[in-house]
Amino acid sequence: MTTMFHPTRHGELLQGARDSLPMLAGAAPFGIIFGTLAGPSGLSLLGAMGMSLFVFAGSSQFIALTLLSGGAGLAVIVFTTFVVNLRHALYSATLLPHVASLGQRWRIPLAFWLTDETFAVVQHRYGAADASPLKHWYHLGSSLAMYGNWIVWTLVGVLLGRSFEGLDKLGLEFAMVATFTGIVVSLLKSRPMVAAAIAAGAVALLARDMPYKLGLLLAALAGVVVGVLLEGRTASKEAQA
Amino acid sequence: MSQYELAVILGMTAVTFLIRYSFFALGDKVQFPPLVKRALRYVPVAVLTAIVVPMVLLPDGQHWQLDWRNAWLLGALVSAFIAWRFNHLLAAMGGGMAVFFLWRWLLA
Repeated sequence: MTTMFHPTRHGELLQGARDSLPMLAGAAPFGIIFGTLAGPSGLSLLGAMGMSLFVFAGSSQFIALTLLSGGAGLAVIVFTTFVVNLRHALYSATLLPHVASLGQRWRIPLAFWLTDETFAVVQHRYGAADASPLKHWYHLGSSLAMYGNWIVWTLVGVLLGRSFEGLDKLGLEFAMVATFTGIVVSLLKSRPMVAAAIAAGAVALLARDMPYKLGLLLAALAGVVVGVLLEGRTASKEAQA
Repeated sequence: MSQYELAVILGMTAVTFLIRYSFFALGDKVQFPPLVKRALRYVPVAVLTAIVVPMVLLPDGQHWQLDWRNAWLLGALVSAFIAWRFNHLLAAMGGGMAVFFLWRWLLA
């Protein structure tokens, strides 16, 4: 995003939080709606806050509410959470080269705070041309901003006990769409990348009715496979020429 | 908070953290083979596209909306255009959002 700033710890931290700002706005309605729905789904105030504080994974928290209100058992809820959040393993693998040299006291909290939004913003920063050795502070800034935001809006939802009229129809999630679109386009530098995006988009549409975000996982894998295959073909053609 | 709630939260916390920490745990002890490294470079494009495309083409989650009245589609196209033409992420976000909200306001 903004690349012209002096790479100090503080500067990176603030920039990471600032670059996550659109995503904070996008997540806010979901935090409120989660807090609002918790009570009616049979989750206590403490339970709702505990979920946002410790699980910190929006989609799985929503699905857990649905399962709780349907009287699902513990094993079902935990297993469903596992499936829904499995895509985070891909993020964990993708970001590993950037955090590998950090100690556990960095890697453990950064792993705990890994979300779709922070992944998107942070991989963009790690990929930036400058060789700042402090990019993990940027990572931390984005993580803390998303975490604080999620907890605050959950609390607001729990305390209000009712959603603001039409909160979910304001379209605040579009902030996430605009950011992700910009990031994707800036990454489309080669033919295999473009093909990977097309494949992922197409599979995401075809598999959109699959439960528990499995369609998303499938689409991501399809994109990766298409990209790698095409890159291999391009490389072997160049080798022949 | 009931014991059942506590168990649910602990269980969800454990699996979610273990997934997120799975590869971070390796640190610099393990180097990915070249093929895996190559594959991982496609993850951001693939995942982010997969998240965005259905949101944009089926804004209500169920019905296709492939026309000019679709503010999600228009806003995303503007973001994409600005990112492609000017290579400026902040402008792409701001421009897309401005068009999105303006369009919804105009069509309301």
